Amino acid sequence: MQIFLKDSLFGALSLLALSANLRGVEPVNFAREIRPILSNNCFHCHGPDDKNRKGNGDKGLRLDTAEGAFASIDSGFALVAGHPEKSALLERILSHDKDEVMPPPKTGKKLTPNEVDLLRRWIQEGAGYSGHWAYINPVQSPVPEVSESGWNVSAVDRFLFSRLQAEGLRPSAESDRETLVRRVALDLTGLPPSAEEVDTFKSDTAPDAFGRLLDRFLAKSSFGEHWARVWMDLARYADSAGYPSDPGRSIWAFRDYVVRAFNSNKPFDQFTIEQLAGDLLPEPTEEQIIATAFHRNTMTNNEGGTSDEEFRNAAVIDRVNTTWSVWMGTSMACAQCHTHKFDPITQNEYFGFFAILNQTEDADRNDEAPLHQFLLPEEKERKKSLEARSAALEALFKAPVAEWKRGFSDWDASYPRNVHWESPVPTNVLSSNGVQSIVRGDGSVFVPASDKGGDSISVQFAVNSGDLAALQLTSVTDKSLPGGGSSRGANGAFIVDQIRVSVVPQDPKAKARDMKFRAVYATSSAGGFEPQTVVGLKAKLEQNVRNKGWSVSNSTKAESLTLILEKPVNLQAGESLRVELDQRSRKNEQLLASFALRYTTDTRAELAAATPAKIFAVLKESADARSPQNAAQALDYYVRNHAPEADKERTEYAAVKRDFEALKPNTVPILREMAADKQRVTKVQLRGNYLNLGDEVRPGMPAILPPLGAAEKPDRLGMARWLVSPENPLTARVIANRFWESIFGVGIVRTSEEFGAQGEMPVHPELLDWLALELIRSGWDMKAFLKTLMNTAAYRQSSAVTSALQEKDPENRLLARGPRFRMSAEILRDQALSVSGLLSPKMFGKPVRPPKPSMGLSTAFGKANDWEVSAGEDKYRRALYTEVRRNSPYPSFTTFDAPNREVCTLRRSRTNTPLQALVTLNDPVFIEAAQALARKILNEGGKSQEGRIRYAFRRVLSREPSIKEMERLGKLIKEAGAGFEKDLPRATQMATDPLGAVPSGVDARECATWTVFSNVLLNLDETLMRR
Amino acid sequence: MNFQDDPLLARLANQTRRNFLAGAGQFSLGAIAMQSLLGTQSQAALVAENPLAPRPAPSKAKAKRVIYLHMSGGPPNLDIFDYKPELVKRSGQDCPDAFLKGRKFAFTTGVPKLMGTPRTFTQQGPGGIWMSDAVPNFHRIAGDVTVVHSMKTDEFNHAPAELLLYTGSPRQGRPSMGSWVTYGLGSENENLPGFVVLISSGTQPSGGQGCWGSGFIPSVYQGVQCRSKGDPVLYVSDPAGMNRETRRQTLDALKDLNALQADELGHPETVTRIAQYELAYRMQASVPEVMDISKESPQTLEAYGAQPGEASFANNCLLARRLVEQGVRFVQLFDWGWDFHGTGPAEDIRDGLTKKMSRTDKPVAALIQDLEERGLLDDTIVVWGGEFGRTPFREGRTAGGAVLGRDHYPDCFSLMLAGGGFKRGFAYGASDELGFGVAENPVHVHDLQATILNQLGFDHEKLTYRFQGRDFRLTDVHGKVVRDIVE
Repeated sequence: MQIFLKDSLFGALSLLALSANLRGVEPVNFAREIRPILSNNCFHCHGPDDKNRKGNGDKGLRLDTAEGAFASIDSGFALVAGHPEKSALLERILSHDKDEVMPPPKTGKKLTPNEVDLLRRWIQEGAGYSGHWAYINPVQSPVPEVSESGWNVSAVDRFLFSRLQAEGLRPSAESDRETLVRRVALDLTGLPPSAEEVDTFKSDTAPDAFGRLLDRFLAKSSFGEHWARVWMDLARYADSAGYPSDPGRSIWAFRDYVVRAFNSNKPFDQFTIEQLAGDLLPEPTEEQIIATAFHRNTMTNNEGGTSDEEFRNAAVIDRVNTTWSVWMGTSMACAQCHTHKFDPITQNEYFGFFAILNQTEDADRNDEAPLHQFLLPEEKERKKSLEARSAALEALFKAPVAEWKRGFSDWDASYPRNVHWESPVPTNVLSSNGVQSIVRGDGSVFVPASDKGGDSISVQFAVNSGDLAALQLTSVTDKSLPGGGSSRGANGAFIVDQIRVSVVPQDPKAKARDMKFRAVYATSSAGGFEPQTVVGLKAKLEQNVRNKGWSVSNSTKAESLTLILEKPVNLQAGESLRVELDQRSRKNEQLLASFALRYTTDTRAELAAATPAKIFAVLKESADARSPQNAAQALDYYVRNHAPEADKERTEYAAVKRDFEALKPNTVPILREMAADKQRVTKVQLRGNYLNLGDEVRPGMPAILPPLGAAEKPDRLGMARWLVSPENPLTARVIANRFWESIFGVGIVRTSEEFGAQGEMPVHPELLDWLALELIRSGWDMKAFLKTLMNTAAYRQSSAVTSALQEKDPENRLLARGPRFRMSAEILRDQALSVSGLLSPKMFGKPVRPPKPSMGLSTAFGKANDWEVSAGEDKYRRALYTEVRRNSPYPSFTTFDAPNREVCTLRRSRTNTPLQALVTLNDPVFIEAAQALARKILNEGGKSQEGRIRYAFRRVLSREPSIKEMERLGKLIKEAGAGFEKDLPRATQMATDPLGAVPSGVDARECATWTVFSNVLLNLDETLMRR
Repeated sequence: MNFQDDPLLARLANQTRRNFLAGAGQFSLGAIAMQSLLGTQSQAALVAENPLAPRPAPSKAKAKRVIYLHMSGGPPNLDIFDYKPELVKRSGQDCPDAFLKGRKFAFTTGVPKLMGTPRTFTQQGPGGIWMSDAVPNFHRIAGDVTVVHSMKTDEFNHAPAELLLYTGSPRQGRPSMGSWVTYGLGSENENLPGFVVLISSGTQPSGGQGCWGSGFIPSVYQGVQCRSKGDPVLYVSDPAGMNRETRRQTLDALKDLNALQADELGHPETVTRIAQYELAYRMQASVPEVMDISKESPQTLEAYGAQPGEASFANNCLLARRLVEQGVRFVQLFDWGWDFHGTGPAEDIRDGLTKKMSRTDKPVAALIQDLEERGLLDDTIVVWGGEFGRTPFREGRTAGGAVLGRDHYPDCFSLMLAGGGFKRGFAYGASDELGFGVAENPVHVHDLQATILNQLGFDHEKLTYRFQGRDFRLTDVHGKVVRDIVE
């Protein structure tokens, strides 16, 4: 069964057959007419793959090269030039013996009489071979002479018209001007035109008006946003890392790079080189570094128990396949596991290319390293202003005015120099490791070594009555410990993960009371640890605090941690305190082995603990005994921390510092080449398995394509330059074809994703080559190229179609009419927001979260899929900025064929389904747009119903309604209005949910009626189509 | 919808009939190519109008539809179906080196200890299928099912293993089984999606949306994820304030206005769009109805353990029956929480498994019996299983704890199949005496895919879609039909 299999071939084959007939007696063209037949029917078993080649005994028969096809075989010759009757190939095809006939019946393939005839004529004419067309450089054909007025200027038109003429077709008339503006606006910016833009063009009667219209839209900043969106599918851009847990990923800087590249009309060759190898350019700019995120859009697997190397390898495979698909329209993927069956690319060559991409530092790490850090211009500004303010405040504190110093001596006099700490002797010390702790005479505790690692020590001691204000844990040095410190680590390092304190009543039946704390002060704390977290403070605020607890490193002297109670707790005599110290590290050397616990009822303990040790030492001296230096230090400390007169400045200074620290740089994952001495060795992966390795391969290009330039290194930069070198036969054709597809709906090569032997033949080979050469000639000027395609009579034609034309050319490959197709998911949403006036023009930055239905599900091992809707205008940004999560893509986009960006998507399908109707009819996003549009109509559309309908048509469809349309919509307004007239609550819902209350002076019923009207307008076939 | 139902559409469709035959405007499904499958032009045209239009399988089919019950995480086969007395005997011994050498496991390093099942096994049904006490309700359907003891996969991490099972490839980007089936057969009820996905226990499967994605085939064939709360199908409800009467008025207006366009500009896709909007209107009625289980009898609800308004696996099993009864082609269930590592009490193969199964085996058994009673089991394939099995040894990380768990294991696991021509009361294949490998009749996941397609009337090598010049299929370049397990 060959179902659907040939669906993509059918249209083009019939057109090609047509043109072959037209040529009549012209010789058969091997590349266009014969190779596709052989490729489809024979190469699978008689092609490049020598491991699985069949026929001619075990020796194999090869038909994709002349050498193979003309070689002597057991049964004579497969091909004898000029002699179809002696050629075994034809004999086997024509055989009626089911064991003999080719292709074998079980493949389900059978040649058509026309194909057999072509083969016969080709052999008769000498059975000439030539390479596959796409691997031969484009050739400049003469541009046909055309006399048809309007079609005789642009080369594109002349190629198209001469073909139409040969097929006996006439082009269509030019579209009306309204349609043209809308078409241009949607094609170039992905947004409908404003009424003013329509009027401007309508009133411009100069001969070059259309060219200037194109220029105006090419110059808009929405141009870059639209074309970036198109590029995002190729780049498989997403704001999450993919695989089961699908965590967020910050890579939006790459999206912004692409928007800017299109807007600044960066030449496509430069655009290519920057994305594939910007980091390898001499002295790369920040922009060029960010561009390399193109290939960091591969997925990262955070699932527990997965091998990073396996998924690093998967990412490199993806980069190889994506590079080939995007730039050369060739599926390399087959050659990952075996030599390609249709295209002359061997498995060794596949890994030769793989080797080039196999040298970057990234390795499927959870943190996505390597990352580039950067500040946006406005953040840089803010940083500068914070620095300035900070410096100004610092100057104030450095040279304080007299008023600030006034209170110092009183404060100094009452400073808590002698807080009394009780040093109880523990009555009970328990270690979860089961070791027996030693309690020294001074009450300090020594925990002997255990081989288990990790410990939870519970210390209990009796207390005096009084109001407990603070508790202190002090590390106690011991000569028996490494470095004479207090821990089992050489540099005195330890981590106390958690401390729990409770009051144990005398009555064993009464419950212990857990103590709560409000502040924690440490004399020393290792970087990355927040001591407050040891009692659960701060951790809740900063979810990202990874290292919790009190950690000391590089100190073998006594250090203290003071815990301030939330409020003083009254202790009764006979009660005890129990302090539990959790140390979770399994490393024995990170354990605190010698410590003491003290407590106090003096509430001034906090002030003392908050004072840095050095200052505390100074303050302990009596005021007159201080050296001038020390006295200045003490005063400085007072002014900065305690002088009530400086409160305002102090608060501001703290806020400035906090804001400064909060100004963290943005990050974007990038490509970075491994150092020369760390480069990976690449080996062939047998059957595509990364653990099953064959011979080592050198980086290089497949032999079928031109070699790397002599001056190029076989690295990413050399590869990128090779892709866009004029010698590369594929890139310019593939890119030209993709632009063509965007503008005309279907590519000149319909299989824009496949230019290899299994792809379709171009419907206009000479035109495709002309365009490819033009693209190169222009210096890869993308805007100029688009103008070349669009400033044509072909583009301006009406898209109306007759049955006869539809039958002859259903897909409009020959362009005897204007292109018409359903718009993308993103354009549909942007259009609805735009015509209703909701769309935010804000560009760039972090992704946003428009309303999305809650699914109540989480990703596997990950977070909830549902999100909180962005506030303010971020809710109404262009679809380009909507956060893309691979495991929960934005549902309405998915329904309209948007991919989930797990892999590179070269061509979206354009389906037409009932689920799509439900989106545009009922999705709150579209309802909100209808409500906003209704309010605009009432506000700006005048008072008459007719005027309002006119206004709405101009906004949504850029045209005037017909009389019939006017009548039909009048009927709807009447019907819907009657329904709302008698039901105000329902009308209010219709007009306000979710947009919000109607403006004062507006009747909710009227508003509801026009919302329904707008809902219809936004669902018209014409609205969904770019025509 | 059928165009002849509506005079306006019938006229427009006639007018543009030949256009459909020639490729249906922008929709790239290729009506003419369909003709080789469908035989007649009118059927091909119908598919172009509606890509989910039902079509016969190319060869005689035993089954018409599929309900696939997936236990995300990999149920412990050695504690459910695969009874290994020798493993029980050697429980606690070091795992022999031969099984560890050169192997990688997800969470186990060093030498783990063998762990025999703590569960009690008995033989059930006329075929004497071994089943443990974890699945008392499976005992009563033992006469209706085939249990395969010799399943194999290539992947030992969840996401790749699930993708391999559902798309034939461990990496993202290929069409899923349900997509292939709806692409091949269409759907029998145009008022409902052809391929429905239901998820319970609050978490998506590891393979993510790829498990029901359509890859490179038209997205109309991707699974539609139905919700247990809110609109079952997204946006199926009219917005607040829009009643059915007003909705009908808007659709009538849309129909007339679009018809004006079709008349004027002649685009066949406009006619198709009118039809899709009418279909959407009917879906708005039929989807909530089919998803509303409150109309089921108390006996039925009790049999499944289903409770209206809840989001549960039991409810989803009942919904699966309601959906296939209404002609949905492929119903895919995912239930989270089967990753029995032993990292917590819920993942213990004793109490944890008992508890998880108490919410599972009853609705599954009820589903199979319910289908049988309604005469649907004969042509409905029901599959119950996970993406891989679990190790015959204790998982490394949790070996010191009180909870008994097993690591991921791809070499050998069990799967249960019923209906659709699969044998009844039949056990197939065997693992070796310790459960480390397949001892006889291996069934790779590609073979399972080939066999399911075979039952649906497809040669798995010929249900293909050309993408980037290659004819892709569900079974990649592998797969053979397991004739021994079907009647």
